[in-house]
Amino acid sequence: MPSELMTLSGVSHSFCTVAGETAAIQNLNLTVSEGEFLAIVGPSGCGKTTVLSLIMGLMQPSAGSIRFHKPDLRLGYMLQRDHLLEHRTVEKNVLLGLEVQHRLTEQSRALANRLLDTYGLGEFRAYKPSQLSGGMRQKVALIRTLALEPDLLLLDEPFSALDYQTRLNLSDEVYRIIRGERKTAILVTHDISEAASMADRVAVFSARPATVRDTIPIRFPAELSPLERRRQPDFTVYFDRIWEALHI
Amino acid sequence: MRTKPVSSAHAAYLRHLRREARAVRLCRIGILAGVLLLWELGAVLHWFDPFILSSPSRVAQTIARLYADGSLWLHIGTTLLETVLGFLAGTALGALVAVLLWWLPRLNRILDPYLVVLNALPKIALGPVLIVWIGAGMASIVVMGILVSLVVTTVTVLNGFLAATDEKQLLMRTLGATKLQIFTKVVLPAGVPDLIAALKISVGMSWVGVIVGEYLVSKAGLGYLIVYGGQVFKLDLVMASVTILCVLAALMYYAVAFLEKKVRP
Repeated sequence: MPSELMTLSGVSHSFCTVAGETAAIQNLNLTVSEGEFLAIVGPSGCGKTTVLSLIMGLMQPSAGSIRFHKPDLRLGYMLQRDHLLEHRTVEKNVLLGLEVQHRLTEQSRALANRLLDTYGLGEFRAYKPSQLSGGMRQKVALIRTLALEPDLLLLDEPFSALDYQTRLNLSDEVYRIIRGERKTAILVTHDISEAASMADRVAVFSARPATVRDTIPIRFPAELSPLERRRQPDFTVYFDRIWEALHI
Repeated sequence: MRTKPVSSAHAAYLRHLRREARAVRLCRIGILAGVLLLWELGAVLHWFDPFILSSPSRVAQTIARLYADGSLWLHIGTTLLETVLGFLAGTALGALVAVLLWWLPRLNRILDPYLVVLNALPKIALGPVLIVWIGAGMASIVVMGILVSLVVTTVTVLNGFLAATDEKQLLMRTLGATKLQIFTKVVLPAGVPDLIAALKISVGMSWVGVIVGEYLVSKAGLGYLIVYGGQVFKLDLVMASVTILCVLAALMYYAVAFLEKKVRP
């Protein structure tokens, strides 16, 4: 049994605007185990991104607690858009997080470069972001996150700004990268197929205020890639289960 | 730099581009030559009174005379010094104010209406006030040059900074960046194009400030020559000064444009 990495217990959060107070999340309980790939699916605007912001510590929950079961647990956040800095080369973009956290050493630089090489971006390290395709840029953004050696990766709809074909290819690659680097990950998405093709477990959120409606374990042979999973007969079974959980 | 053609169609295309560029250049020179020619011809054939409108040859003679009696460089030097000082100080101060307002969003919110009014106000209206406060000398003229370029620099640069911040703030926060890091790694590099845009605007603005300053109070400079020439009805002197001003303003603008090419990748 893999050990637990993080527990959210009774987490609630609400936003204040001039018009009033909106409850985004209500009494959310969620556990992530080490090495697990968890997907969070829910209707748009249900507070999925808020959960990631809370885990990341960008906001404090109004109630409840978020506990990490590993001292000095490092978090990595990948955003919907790549936000690569145009005045830096691909390599310098990848090193940005390390620079900011004053962790740029020979070792960490070597790791970042190994990641670029391993995942097919080595020859583009001196390129400007604008010279890369959308999918490649998003891969650079992922490597920028991975270079920080996070224990827990938070992926906030990382494929939603891409065209469909790029999206399928990239989710295959990102899956391979995350598995290859043995990372624990939480993927937020509104795309049911994406969740079912990548995750070990899918948490289905209700509409706002969000709470976990159902958790569905996904079981495919470990060697299957997301694209291959999509061709399995069981895939539609999982799809339907998530669909139903969303529409109770 | 010539690109090597990769095919005959490509070669024809490149030829077409070069021909187009040459045609544009020819037309530009043609307009200048045509205007000068008509101007001179009109003066010689007395289509108009050259005493009122001057003529290219009289402008050239005036410049030669100024050069001969040694006052040409004095006037050019005076105006150029005032403009460069006003331009550099105005842009530097303006950029500094922009950094300060970026750093302190609350101060920015408080000062916003003041900035809007200052930006809309024709700064040259403050000329008489400056003369009373600072004195009838070069300092007043330089301060005028500063004032005119300062506010526009602040507004342009600040807007650039804020746009860059909106865009990348979230990313930098997820990486755990401090405010100083956000500024040095994202906002400042992204603001360079806006900084240069501000330079381009304020280089022209400084000329306006300095010339108006010289109109009000001066003993030397091109603005002084223009006002003096107008008062004693020496239109040759006015036209000669304006011509020199054209050349100087153009040179300074192209210097900034050259800098832009150097800085921008």
